[in-house]
Amino acid sequence: MIQYNNVTKVYGDDITAVDQVSLNVNEGEIVVLLGPSGCGKTTLLRMVNGLETITDGDILFNGESIQSLNEIELRRKIGYVIQSNGLFPNMTIEQNVTIVPHLLKWDQNKKNERYEELMSLVGLDAEDYRKRYPHELSGGQQQRIGVIRALAADPPAMLMDEPFGALDPIIRERIQDEFLSIQRELNKTILFVSHDINEAIKMGDKIALMKNGQLMQFDTPSNILQNPANDFVSQFVGQDRTIKSLTIHFVYDLVKTIELKDSLSSSATVKKASLDTSLRDILGFVLESEEQAVAIVNEEQEIIGYLDFELINRYMVSLSSEDDPVRVP
Amino acid sequence: MNDHQSTFGRVMEYFQNNMDWVIELTIEHIILVGSAIMVAILIGVPLGIYLTTNKKLAGTVLNIAGVIMTIPSIALFGIMVPIFSIINYGIGFVPAFVALVLYSQLPIIRNTYTAIHNVDPQIRDAAKGVGMSTIQRIFKVEIPNTIPVIMAGVRTAVVLNIGIGVIAAFIGAGGLGTLISQGITRGYHEMVISGAIAISILGISADLFLRFLQKLLTPKGVS
Ligand SMILES: Nc1ncnc2c1ncn2[C@@H]1O[C@H](COP(=O)(O)OP(=O)(O)OP(=O)(O)O)[C@@H](O)[C@H]1O
Ligand SMILES: [Mg+2]
Repeated sequence: MIQYNNVTKVYGDDITAVDQVSLNVNEGEIVVLLGPSGCGKTTLLRMVNGLETITDGDILFNGESIQSLNEIELRRKIGYVIQSNGLFPNMTIEQNVTIVPHLLKWDQNKKNERYEELMSLVGLDAEDYRKRYPHELSGGQQQRIGVIRALAADPPAMLMDEPFGALDPIIRERIQDEFLSIQRELNKTILFVSHDINEAIKMGDKIALMKNGQLMQFDTPSNILQNPANDFVSQFVGQDRTIKSLTIHFVYDLVKTIELKDSLSSSATVKKASLDTSLRDILGFVLESEEQAVAIVNEEQEIIGYLDFELINRYMVSLSSEDDPVRVP
Repeated sequence: MNDHQSTFGRVMEYFQNNMDWVIELTIEHIILVGSAIMVAILIGVPLGIYLTTNKKLAGTVLNIAGVIMTIPSIALFGIMVPIFSIINYGIGFVPAFVALVLYSQLPIIRNTYTAIHNVDPQIRDAAKGVGMSTIQRIFKVEIPNTIPVIMAGVRTAVVLNIGIGVIAAFIGAGGLGTLISQGITRGYHEMVISGAIAISILGISADLFLRFLQKLLTPKGVS
Protein backbone atom coordinates (compact mmCIF):
# COMPACT_ATOMS: atom_id res chain seq x y z
CA MET A 1 0.00 0.00 0.00
CA ILE A 2 2.97 2.28 0.71
CA GLN A 3 5.84 1.49 -1.58
CA TYR A 4 9.25 3.14 -1.46
CA ASN A 5 11.18 2.82 -4.71
CA ASN A 6 14.85 3.72 -4.36
CA VAL A 7 14.03 6.76 -2.31
CA THR A 8 16.81 9.22 -1.56
CA LYS A 9 16.65 12.43 0.43
CA VAL A 10 19.45 14.97 0.43
CA TYR A 11 19.21 18.04 2.68
CA GLY A 12 21.08 21.07 1.39
CA ASP A 13 24.00 19.98 -0.77
CA ASP A 14 25.50 17.08 1.06
CA ILE A 15 23.45 15.68 3.95
CA THR A 16 22.11 12.39 2.65
CA ALA A 17 19.45 11.60 5.22
CA VAL A 18 17.90 8.71 3.28
CA ASP A 19 19.93 6.69 0.82
CA GLN A 20 18.23 4.58 -1.87
CA VAL A 21 15.65 2.94 0.34
CA SER A 22 13.17 0.48 -1.14
CA LEU A 23 10.54 -1.17 0.96
CA ASN A 24 6.89 -2.13 0.90
CA VAL A 25 4.27 -1.69 3.55
CA ASN A 26 1.43 -4.09 2.82
CA GLU A 27 -2.15 -3.38 3.68
CA GLY A 28 -3.00 -3.94 7.34
CA GLU A 29 0.62 -4.29 8.36
CA ILE A 30 2.68 -2.39 10.93
CA VAL A 31 6.18 -1.69 9.68
CA VAL A 32 8.51 -0.23 12.29
CA LEU A 33 11.31 2.05 11.10
CA LEU A 34 14.05 1.39 13.63
CA GLY A 35 17.55 2.74 14.09
CA PRO A 36 19.80 5.07 16.05
CA SER A 37 19.22 8.82 16.27
CA GLY A 38 19.82 10.64 13.01
CA CYS A 39 19.61 7.56 10.77
CA GLY A 40 16.77 9.09 8.74
CA LYS A 41 13.63 7.47 10.17
CA THR A 42 11.65 10.68 10.54
CA THR A 43 12.71 11.89 7.13
CA LEU A 44 11.68 8.59 5.55
CA LEU A 45 8.29 8.81 7.25
CA ARG A 46 7.59 12.44 6.41
CA MET A 47 8.21 11.96 2.74
CA VAL A 48 5.04 9.85 2.56
CA ASN A 49 2.67 12.72 3.39
CA GLY A 50 4.72 15.35 1.62
CA LEU A 51 6.09 17.05 4.73
CA GLU A 52 9.51 16.47 3.16
CA THR A 53 10.18 16.48 -0.55
CA ILE A 54 11.72 13.47 -2.27
CA THR A 55 15.14 14.13 -3.81
CA ASP A 56 15.24 10.98 -5.90
CA GLY A 57 13.15 7.86 -6.39
CA ASP A 58 9.44 7.69 -5.72
CA ILE A 59 6.86 6.67 -3.15
CA LEU A 60 3.64 5.03 -4.26
CA PHE A 61 0.48 5.22 -2.19
CA ASN A 62 -2.10 2.70 -3.39
CA GLY A 63 -0.05 2.36 -6.55
CA GLU A 64 -0.02 6.09 -7.32
CA SER A 65 3.02 8.30 -7.06
CA ILE A 66 2.46 10.63 -4.12
CA GLN A 67 4.08 13.38 -6.14
CA SER A 68 1.15 13.27 -8.54
CA LEU A 69 -1.45 13.45 -5.76
CA ASN A 70 -2.93 16.54 -4.14
CA GLU A 71 -0.86 17.01 -1.00
CA ILE A 72 -3.67 18.30 1.19
CA GLU A 73 -6.12 15.56 0.21
CA LEU A 74 -3.40 12.97 0.69
CA ARG A 75 -2.69 14.19 4.22
CA ARG A 76 -6.34 13.91 5.14
CA LYS A 77 -6.20 10.26 4.05
CA ILE A 78 -3.15 9.46 6.14
CA GLY A 79 -3.29 9.74 9.92
CA TYR A 80 -0.23 11.42 11.41
CA VAL A 81 0.86 11.03 15.03
CA ILE A 82 3.97 12.63 16.51
CA GLN A 83 5.89 12.22 19.74
CA SER A 84 4.90 15.53 21.28
CA ASN A 85 1.28 14.73 20.29
CA GLY A 86 1.00 18.08 18.44
CA LEU A 87 -2.46 18.81 19.81
CA PHE A 88 -3.67 22.33 19.05
CA PRO A 89 -3.62 24.23 22.39
CA ASN A 90 -6.35 26.63 21.25
CA MET A 91 -8.85 23.88 20.49
CA THR A 92 -10.90 21.77 22.85
CA ILE A 93 -10.38 18.03 22.98
CA GLU A 94 -13.46 17.56 20.84
CA GLN A 95 -12.25 20.05 18.25
CA ASN A 96 -8.84 18.43 18.20
CA VAL A 97 -10.23 14.94 17.74
CA THR A 98 -12.61 15.98 14.97
CA ILE A 99 -10.30 18.33 13.12
CA VAL A 100 -9.94 16.16 10.01
CA PRO A 101 -13.70 15.44 9.79
CA HIS A 102 -14.16 19.18 10.23
CA LEU A 103 -11.78 19.93 7.35
CA LEU A 104 -13.65 17.32 5.31
CA LYS A 105 -16.90 19.16 6.16
CA TRP A 106 -18.72 16.29 7.85
CA ASP A 107 -22.03 17.32 9.38
CA GLN A 108 -22.23 18.01 13.09
CA ASN A 109 -24.08 14.83 14.06
CA LYS A 110 -21.63 12.62 12.28
CA LYS A 111 -18.68 14.42 13.88
CA ASN A 112 -20.29 14.11 17.27
CA GLU A 113 -20.92 10.39 16.89
CA ARG A 114 -17.41 9.83 15.68
CA TYR A 115 -15.99 11.77 18.61
CA GLU A 116 -17.85 9.64 21.11
CA GLU A 117 -16.91 6.43 19.36
CA LEU A 118 -13.21 7.36 19.30
CA MET A 119 -13.12 8.41 22.94
CA SER A 120 -14.61 5.11 24.04
CA LEU A 121 -12.02 3.34 21.90
CA VAL A 122 -9.29 4.67 24.19
CA GLY A 123 -11.37 4.50 27.34
CA LEU A 124 -11.83 8.23 27.93
CA ASP A 125 -15.15 9.73 28.92
CA ALA A 126 -16.47 11.73 25.98
CA GLU A 127 -18.54 14.15 28.03
CA ASP A 128 -15.87 14.82 30.66
CA TYR A 129 -13.30 15.83 28.12
CA ARG A 130 -15.41 17.41 25.40
CA LYS A 131 -14.84 21.02 26.43
CA ARG A 132 -11.45 20.62 28.03
CA TYR A 133 -8.16 21.79 26.57
CA PRO A 134 -5.01 19.75 25.88
CA HIS A 135 -2.97 21.33 28.68
CA GLU A 136 -5.47 20.01 31.21
CA LEU A 137 -4.66 16.39 30.28
CA SER A 138 -1.85 14.09 31.40
CA GLY A 139 0.84 13.08 28.93
CA GLY A 140 -0.72 9.66 28.41
CA GLN A 141 -4.17 11.12 27.83
CA GLN A 142 -2.80 13.67 25.38
CA GLN A 143 -1.07 10.92 23.46
CA ARG A 144 -4.29 8.90 23.28
CA ILE A 145 -6.04 11.98 21.89
CA GLY A 146 -3.20 12.37 19.39
CA VAL A 147 -3.78 8.79 18.23
CA ILE A 148 -7.56 9.06 17.87
CA ARG A 149 -7.25 12.40 16.13
CA ALA A 150 -5.22 10.59 13.48
CA LEU A 151 -7.88 7.86 13.30
CA ALA A 152 -10.82 10.26 13.13
CA ALA A 153 -11.61 10.20 9.43
CA ASP A 154 -10.85 6.48 9.31
CA PRO A 155 -7.78 6.85 7.09
CA PRO A 156 -6.49 3.66 5.51
CA ALA A 157 -2.93 4.45 6.57
CA MET A 158 -1.17 5.96 9.56
CA LEU A 159 2.26 7.50 10.05
CA MET A 160 3.43 7.42 13.64
CA ASP A 161 6.70 9.10 14.64
CA GLU A 162 7.75 7.78 18.05
CA PRO A 163 4.17 8.23 19.18
CA PHE A 164 4.78 6.84 22.65
CA GLY A 165 8.37 8.01 23.02
CA ALA A 166 7.69 10.77 25.54
CA LEU A 167 5.76 8.55 27.95
CA ASP A 168 7.12 6.84 31.01
CA PRO A 169 7.70 3.08 30.61
CA ILE A 170 4.60 1.84 32.42
CA ILE A 171 2.18 4.12 30.60
CA ARG A 172 4.01 3.39 27.35
CA GLU A 173 3.51 -0.37 27.71
CA ARG A 174 -0.15 0.15 28.49
CA ILE A 175 -0.74 2.42 25.49
CA GLN A 176 1.18 0.03 23.24
CA ASP A 177 -1.08 -2.83 24.30
CA GLU A 178 -4.13 -0.67 23.91
CA PHE A 179 -3.04 0.43 20.47
CA LEU A 180 -2.31 -3.13 19.35
CA SER A 181 -5.75 -4.25 20.39
CA ILE A 182 -7.31 -1.33 18.50
CA GLN A 183 -5.19 -2.20 15.49
CA ARG A 184 -6.40 -5.81 15.56
CA GLU A 185 -9.90 -4.41 14.96
CA LEU A 186 -9.02 -1.67 12.52
CA ASN A 187 -6.28 -3.22 10.41
CA LYS A 188 -4.66 0.03 9.37
CA THR A 189 -1.54 0.16 7.27
CA ILE A 190 0.99 1.67 9.62
CA LEU A 191 4.50 3.07 9.39
CA PHE A 192 5.81 3.43 12.92
CA VAL A 193 9.09 5.08 13.88
CA SER A 194 10.91 3.87 16.97
CA HIS A 195 14.43 3.78 18.28
CA ASP A 196 13.58 1.17 20.87
CA ILE A 197 14.18 -2.40 19.75
CA ASN A 198 11.73 -3.77 22.32
CA GLU A 199 8.98 -1.53 21.07
CA ALA A 200 9.80 -2.48 17.49
CA ILE A 201 9.63 -6.19 18.28
CA LYS A 202 6.35 -5.77 20.08
CA MET A 203 4.61 -3.48 17.61
CA GLY A 204 6.03 -4.50 14.26
CA ASP A 205 4.82 -7.10 11.80
CA LYS A 206 8.06 -6.16 10.09
CA ILE A 207 11.04 -4.08 11.11
CA ALA A 208 13.09 -1.88 8.79
CA LEU A 209 16.41 -1.37 10.53
CA MET A 210 18.32 1.66 9.30
CA LYS A 211 21.78 3.10 9.66
CA ASN A 212 23.03 6.37 8.16
CA GLY A 213 20.08 6.58 5.82
CA GLN A 214 20.51 3.06 4.48
CA LEU A 215 18.28 0.09 5.02
CA MET A 216 20.25 -2.61 6.86
CA GLN A 217 17.57 -5.28 7.12
CA PHE A 218 13.86 -5.45 6.39
CA ASP A 219 12.27 -8.48 7.94
CA THR A 220 9.96 -9.91 10.56
CA PRO A 221 10.98 -9.32 14.19
CA SER A 222 11.81 -12.97 14.73
CA ASN A 223 14.04 -13.12 11.67
CA ILE A 224 15.79 -9.91 12.67
CA LEU A 225 16.43 -11.42 16.09
CA GLN A 226 17.52 -14.84 14.94
CA ASN A 227 19.20 -14.07 11.66
CA PRO A 228 20.74 -10.63 11.72
CA ALA A 229 21.92 -9.69 8.23
CA ASN A 230 25.18 -8.10 9.36
CA ASP A 231 27.22 -7.00 12.36
CA PHE A 232 25.35 -3.74 12.73
CA VAL A 233 22.05 -5.56 13.02
CA SER A 234 23.30 -8.06 15.55
CA GLN A 235 24.88 -5.30 17.61
CA PHE A 236 21.71 -3.26 17.50
CA VAL A 237 19.66 -6.27 18.52
CA GLY A 238 21.99 -6.87 21.43
CA GLN A 239 23.03 -9.89 23.46
CA ASP A 240 19.70 -10.71 24.98
CA ARG A 241 17.90 -11.40 21.73
CA THR A 242 16.38 -14.64 22.96
CA ILE A 243 14.67 -12.82 25.78
CA LYS A 244 13.64 -10.06 23.39
CA SER A 245 12.06 -12.53 21.03
CA LEU A 246 9.93 -13.84 23.89
CA THR A 247 7.86 -10.69 23.47
CA ILE A 248 6.45 -11.88 20.17
CA HIS A 249 5.72 -15.45 21.20
CA PHE A 250 2.62 -16.30 23.15
CA VAL A 251 1.47 -19.25 25.16
CA TYR A 252 -0.83 -20.30 22.32
CA ASP A 253 2.25 -20.52 20.03
CA LEU A 254 4.07 -22.70 22.51
CA VAL A 255 1.21 -25.13 23.11
CA LYS A 256 1.16 -25.93 19.40
CA THR A 257 4.50 -27.70 19.64
CA ILE A 258 5.06 -28.39 23.32
CA GLU A 259 2.86 -30.12 25.85
CA LEU A 260 2.20 -28.34 29.12
CA LYS A 261 2.89 -30.16 32.39
CA ASP A 262 -0.22 -31.69 33.99
CA SER A 263 0.87 -31.14 37.54
CA LEU A 264 3.51 -29.62 39.74
CA SER A 265 5.60 -31.41 42.31
CA SER A 266 4.40 -29.19 45.08
CA SER A 267 0.71 -28.52 45.56
CA ALA A 268 1.09 -24.81 46.24
CA THR A 269 -1.11 -22.42 44.29
CA VAL A 270 0.62 -20.61 41.47
CA LYS A 271 -0.21 -17.53 39.39
CA LYS A 272 -2.66 -18.02 36.52
CA ALA A 273 -2.13 -16.70 33.00
CA SER A 274 -4.23 -16.91 29.84
CA LEU A 275 -3.23 -18.36 26.48
CA ASP A 276 -2.63 -14.95 24.94
CA THR A 277 0.02 -13.92 27.45
CA SER A 278 3.42 -13.29 25.89
CA LEU A 279 6.20 -15.65 26.89
CA ARG A 280 8.14 -12.65 28.10
CA ASP A 281 5.49 -11.92 30.70
CA ILE A 282 5.31 -15.64 31.54
CA LEU A 283 9.03 -15.71 32.11
CA GLY A 284 8.64 -12.77 34.47
CA PHE A 285 5.94 -14.59 36.44
CA VAL A 286 7.98 -17.80 36.53
CA LEU A 287 11.06 -16.09 37.89
CA GLU A 288 9.04 -14.19 40.47
CA SER A 289 7.05 -17.12 41.81
CA GLU A 290 8.31 -19.49 44.43
CA GLU A 291 7.29 -22.58 42.49
CA GLN A 292 9.01 -21.26 39.34
CA ALA A 293 5.89 -22.08 37.35
CA VAL A 294 2.65 -20.59 36.06
CA ALA A 295 -0.75 -22.16 35.62
CA ILE A 296 -2.21 -21.69 32.14
CA VAL A 297 -5.97 -21.24 31.99
CA ASN A 298 -8.40 -21.37 29.07
CA GLU A 299 -11.21 -18.91 28.40
CA GLU A 300 -13.36 -20.55 31.08
CA GLN A 301 -10.55 -19.96 33.59
CA GLU A 302 -9.93 -23.71 33.93
CA ILE A 303 -6.34 -24.76 34.39
CA ILE A 304 -5.17 -26.63 31.30
CA GLY A 305 -1.60 -27.17 32.43
CA TYR A 306 1.54 -25.69 33.90
CA LEU A 307 4.42 -23.87 32.27
CA ASP A 308 7.89 -23.58 33.74
CA PHE A 309 11.33 -22.40 32.74
CA GLU A 310 12.31 -25.73 31.23
CA LEU A 311 9.40 -25.71 28.79
CA ILE A 312 10.01 -22.11 27.74
CA ASN A 313 13.63 -22.91 27.13
CA ARG A 314 12.79 -25.98 25.08
CA TYR A 315 10.43 -23.89 22.96
CA MET A 316 13.04 -21.18 22.31
CA VAL A 317 15.65 -23.73 21.29
CA SER A 318 13.20 -25.33 18.87
CA LEU A 319 12.64 -21.91 17.30
CA SER A 320 16.23 -21.01 16.58
CA SER A 321 16.72 -24.21 14.59
CA GLU A 322 13.81 -23.37 12.32
CA ASP A 323 13.49 -22.14 8.73
CA ASP A 324 15.68 -20.08 6.40
CA PRO A 325 15.19 -16.37 6.87
CA VAL A 326 14.66 -13.90 4.05
CA ARG A 327 17.62 -11.59 4.04
CA VAL A 328 18.11 -8.11 2.73
CA PRO A 329 21.69 -7.54 1.66
CA MET B 1 -13.46 84.31 41.32
CA ASN B 2 -11.82 82.80 44.32
CA ASP B 3 -8.10 83.55 44.37
CA HIS B 4 -7.34 80.93 46.98
CA GLN B 5 -8.64 78.09 44.82
CA SER B 6 -6.03 75.37 44.27
CA THR B 7 -4.68 74.48 40.83
CA PHE B 8 -6.59 71.25 41.13
CA GLY B 9 -9.79 73.11 41.79
CA ARG B 10 -9.24 75.37 38.83
CA VAL B 11 -8.52 72.44 36.52
CA MET B 12 -11.70 70.73 37.70
CA GLU B 13 -13.58 73.91 37.03
CA TYR B 14 -12.08 74.11 33.55
CA PHE B 15 -13.30 70.57 32.88
CA GLN B 16 -16.75 71.41 34.14
CA ASN B 17 -17.10 74.52 32.04
CA ASN B 18 -15.71 72.95 28.87
CA MET B 19 -16.99 69.40 29.19
CA ASP B 20 -18.61 69.33 25.77
CA TRP B 21 -15.53 70.57 24.00
CA VAL B 22 -13.20 68.20 25.88
CA ILE B 23 -15.46 65.29 24.97
CA GLU B 24 -15.49 66.41 21.36
CA LEU B 25 -11.68 66.57 21.31
CA THR B 26 -11.46 63.18 22.99
CA ILE B 27 -13.67 61.69 20.30
CA GLU B 28 -11.52 63.30 17.61
CA HIS B 29 -8.47 61.82 19.28
CA ILE B 30 -10.04 58.38 19.47
CA ILE B 31 -11.08 58.51 15.83
CA LEU B 32 -7.61 59.60 14.71
CA VAL B 33 -5.75 56.99 16.75
CA GLY B 34 -8.39 54.30 16.26
CA SER B 35 -8.50 54.59 12.48
CA ALA B 36 -4.70 54.72 12.29
CA ILE B 37 -4.47 51.55 14.40
CA MET B 38 -7.06 49.71 12.30
CA VAL B 39 -5.12 50.43 9.16
CA ALA B 40 -1.84 49.66 10.91
CA ILE B 41 -3.20 46.25 11.97
CA LEU B 42 -4.49 45.54 8.49
CA ILE B 43 -1.01 46.25 7.12
CA GLY B 44 1.19 45.08 9.99
CA VAL B 45 -0.33 41.72 10.91
CA PRO B 46 -0.43 40.23 7.38
CA LEU B 47 3.01 41.68 6.70
CA GLY B 48 4.38 40.22 9.94
CA ILE B 49 2.96 36.81 9.02
CA TYR B 50 4.27 37.02 5.48
CA LEU B 51 7.73 37.96 6.71
CA THR B 52 8.02 34.66 8.60
CA THR B 53 8.24 33.03 5.17
CA ASN B 54 10.92 35.41 3.90
CA LYS B 55 13.81 35.89 6.33
CA LYS B 56 15.82 38.27 4.16
CA LEU B 57 12.94 40.65 3.64
CA ALA B 58 12.05 40.35 7.34
CA GLY B 59 15.39 41.85 8.37
CA THR B 60 15.01 44.76 5.97
CA VAL B 61 11.40 45.55 6.85
CA LEU B 62 12.00 45.37 10.60
CA ASN B 63 14.99 47.67 10.20
CA ILE B 64 12.99 50.23 8.24
CA ALA B 65 10.17 50.10 10.78
CA GLY B 66 12.78 50.53 13.51
CA VAL B 67 14.23 53.60 11.80
CA ILE B 68 10.78 55.19 11.45
CA MET B 69 10.24 54.71 15.19
CA THR B 70 13.41 56.64 15.95
CA ILE B 71 12.38 59.72 13.94
CA PRO B 72 11.17 62.27 16.51
CA SER B 73 7.43 62.61 16.18
CA ILE B 74 7.50 66.34 15.62
CA ALA B 75 9.92 65.81 12.74
CA LEU B 76 7.83 63.06 11.17
CA PHE B 77 4.74 65.23 11.28
CA GLY B 78 6.88 68.00 9.79
CA ILE B 79 7.90 65.72 6.93
CA MET B 80 4.30 64.71 6.27
CA VAL B 81 3.15 68.29 5.73
CA PRO B 82 5.14 69.11 2.57
CA ILE B 83 4.62 65.61 1.18
CA PHE B 84 0.84 65.79 1.49
CA SER B 85 0.78 69.41 0.35
CA ILE B 86 1.43 68.01 -3.10
CA ILE B 87 -2.06 66.53 -3.10
CA ASN B 88 -3.50 69.45 -1.13
CA TYR B 89 -3.78 67.54 2.15
CA GLY B 90 -0.80 69.28 3.75
CA ILE B 91 -2.44 69.93 7.08
CA GLY B 92 -5.21 68.26 9.00
CA PHE B 93 -6.27 64.65 9.45
CA VAL B 94 -4.46 62.93 6.55
CA PRO B 95 -0.80 63.66 7.35
CA ALA B 96 -1.39 62.98 11.05
CA PHE B 97 -3.15 59.73 10.24
CA VAL B 98 -0.34 58.55 7.98
CA ALA B 99 2.33 59.45 10.54
CA LEU B 100 0.51 57.45 13.21
CA VAL B 101 0.13 54.45 10.89
CA LEU B 102 3.88 54.55 10.29
CA TYR B 103 4.68 54.77 14.00
CA SER B 104 2.47 51.77 14.76
CA GLN B 105 4.17 49.51 12.28
CA LEU B 106 7.19 48.48 14.32
CA PRO B 107 5.42 47.12 17.40
CA ILE B 108 2.72 45.44 15.35
CA ILE B 109 4.95 43.89 12.68
CA ARG B 110 7.63 42.89 15.15
CA ASN B 111 5.26 41.25 17.61
CA THR B 112 3.34 39.44 14.87
CA TYR B 113 6.52 38.28 13.22
CA THR B 114 8.07 37.06 16.46
CA ALA B 115 4.85 35.38 17.58
CA ILE B 116 4.26 33.46 14.37
CA HIS B 117 7.95 32.69 14.02
CA ASN B 118 7.93 31.12 17.47
CA VAL B 119 4.89 28.90 16.98
CA ASP B 120 5.90 25.45 18.20
CA PRO B 121 7.21 23.70 15.06
CA GLN B 122 5.51 20.48 16.19
CA ILE B 123 2.17 22.22 16.21
CA ARG B 124 2.76 23.76 12.82
CA ASP B 125 3.76 20.31 11.61
CA ALA B 126 0.64 18.74 13.05
CA ALA B 127 -1.47 21.39 11.31
CA LYS B 128 0.12 20.50 7.98
CA GLY B 129 -0.07 16.80 8.79
CA VAL B 130 -3.83 16.80 9.35
CA GLY B 131 -4.23 18.40 5.94
CA MET B 132 -4.84 22.08 6.61
CA SER B 133 -4.19 24.50 3.78
CA THR B 134 -1.82 27.38 4.51
CA ILE B 135 -4.72 29.78 5.08
CA GLN B 136 -6.46 27.32 7.41
CA ARG B 137 -3.25 26.79 9.32
CA ILE B 138 -2.74 30.53 9.82
CA PHE B 139 -6.32 31.26 10.88
CA LYS B 140 -7.17 28.10 12.82
CA VAL B 141 -3.86 27.46 14.53
CA GLU B 142 -1.13 30.06 14.24
CA ILE B 143 -3.06 33.27 14.94
CA PRO B 144 -5.27 31.88 17.74
CA ASN B 145 -2.23 30.54 19.54
CA THR B 146 -0.35 33.84 19.30
CA ILE B 147 -3.14 36.34 20.06
CA PRO B 148 -1.56 37.43 23.37
CA VAL B 149 1.73 38.39 21.72
CA ILE B 150 0.12 40.06 18.71
CA MET B 151 -2.27 41.98 20.97
CA ALA B 152 0.63 43.14 23.14
CA GLY B 153 2.08 44.77 20.02
CA VAL B 154 -1.24 46.43 19.26
CA ARG B 155 -1.49 47.70 22.82
CA THR B 156 1.98 49.21 22.66
CA ALA B 157 1.09 50.90 19.38
CA VAL B 158 -2.17 52.30 20.72
CA VAL B 159 -0.66 53.78 23.87
CA LEU B 160 2.23 55.16 21.84
CA ASN B 161 -0.16 56.73 19.34
CA ILE B 162 -2.38 58.31 21.94
CA GLY B 163 0.71 60.16 23.18
CA ILE B 164 2.08 61.01 19.78
CA GLY B 165 -1.40 62.00 18.60
CA VAL B 166 -1.01 65.13 20.73
CA ILE B 167 1.40 66.49 18.15
CA ALA B 168 -1.32 66.12 15.51
CA ALA B 169 -2.96 69.25 16.88
CA PHE B 170 0.06 71.27 15.75
CA ILE B 171 -0.66 70.39 12.13
CA GLY B 172 -4.34 71.05 12.50
CA ALA B 173 -5.62 67.52 12.97
CA GLY B 174 -7.44 68.32 16.19
CA GLY B 175 -7.70 65.93 19.12
CA LEU B 176 -6.73 66.46 22.73
CA GLY B 177 -3.43 68.04 21.66
CA THR B 178 -5.50 71.12 20.83
CA LEU B 179 -5.91 71.83 24.56
CA ILE B 180 -2.18 71.75 25.00
CA SER B 181 -1.19 73.70 21.90
CA GLN B 182 -3.79 76.42 22.47
CA GLY B 183 -3.12 76.46 26.21
CA ILE B 184 0.56 77.09 25.55
CA THR B 185 -0.02 79.90 23.05
CA ARG B 186 -2.51 81.53 25.34
CA GLY B 187 -0.48 80.95 28.51
CA TYR B 188 -3.55 79.22 29.93
CA HIS B 189 -2.16 76.67 32.43
CA GLU B 190 -5.41 75.02 33.38
CA MET B 191 -6.08 74.25 29.76
CA VAL B 192 -2.66 72.62 29.31
CA ILE B 193 -3.04 70.56 32.47
CA SER B 194 -6.56 69.52 31.54
CA GLY B 195 -5.24 68.34 28.19
CA ALA B 196 -2.47 66.36 29.83
CA ILE B 197 -4.88 64.74 32.27
CA ALA B 198 -7.39 63.89 29.57
CA ILE B 199 -4.68 62.26 27.47
CA SER B 200 -3.39 60.21 30.40
CA ILE B 201 -6.87 59.01 31.26
CA LEU B 202 -7.49 58.10 27.64
CA GLY B 203 -4.19 56.19 27.47
CA ILE B 204 -4.87 54.22 30.64
CA SER B 205 -8.46 53.45 29.67
CA ALA B 206 -7.39 52.33 26.21
CA ASP B 207 -4.82 49.99 27.70
CA LEU B 208 -7.35 48.53 30.13
CA PHE B 209 -9.89 48.11 27.36
CA LEU B 210 -7.36 46.38 25.13
CA ARG B 211 -6.29 44.04 27.93
CA PHE B 212 -9.91 43.10 28.34
CA LEU B 213 -10.27 42.61 24.59
CA GLN B 214 -7.12 40.50 24.57
CA LYS B 215 -8.60 38.24 27.25
CA LEU B 216 -11.77 37.94 25.25
CA LEU B 217 -9.97 37.06 22.02
CA THR B 218 -7.48 34.62 23.52
CA PRO B 219 -8.77 31.04 23.25
CA LYS B 220 -9.22 29.36 26.62
CA GLY B 221 -6.54 26.74 26.14
CA VAL B 222 -3.86 29.29 25.27
CA SER B 223 -1.95 30.74 28.19
N1 LIG C 1 15.49 20.05 7.82
C1 LIG C 1 16.71 19.49 7.82
N2 LIG C 1 17.76 20.14 7.28
C2 LIG C 1 18.99 19.58 7.26
N3 LIG C 1 19.27 18.37 7.75
C3 LIG C 1 18.28 17.67 8.31
C4 LIG C 1 16.93 18.19 8.38
N4 LIG C 1 16.16 17.28 8.99
C5 LIG C 1 16.95 16.24 9.27
N5 LIG C 1 18.23 16.47 8.88
C6 LIG C 1 19.35 15.54 9.01
O1 LIG C 1 19.01 14.33 8.37
C7 LIG C 1 19.44 13.22 9.13
C8 LIG C 1 18.26 12.33 9.45
O2 LIG C 1 17.37 13.01 10.32
P1 LIG C 1 16.05 12.36 10.85
O3 LIG C 1 15.34 13.40 11.63
O4 LIG C 1 15.31 11.74 9.74
O5 LIG C 1 16.62 11.24 11.84
P2 LIG C 1 15.85 10.27 12.83
O6 LIG C 1 16.28 8.90 12.47
O7 LIG C 1 14.40 10.55 12.84
O8 LIG C 1 16.51 10.66 14.22
P3 LIG C 1 15.84 10.72 15.69
O9 LIG C 1 15.78 9.31 16.18
O10 LIG C 1 16.83 11.52 16.46
O11 LIG C 1 14.51 11.36 15.57
C9 LIG C 1 20.14 13.77 10.35
O12 LIG C 1 21.53 13.77 10.08
C10 LIG C 1 19.62 15.18 10.45
O13 LIG C 1 20.59 16.01 11.02
MG1 LIG D 1 13.04 11.30 14.34
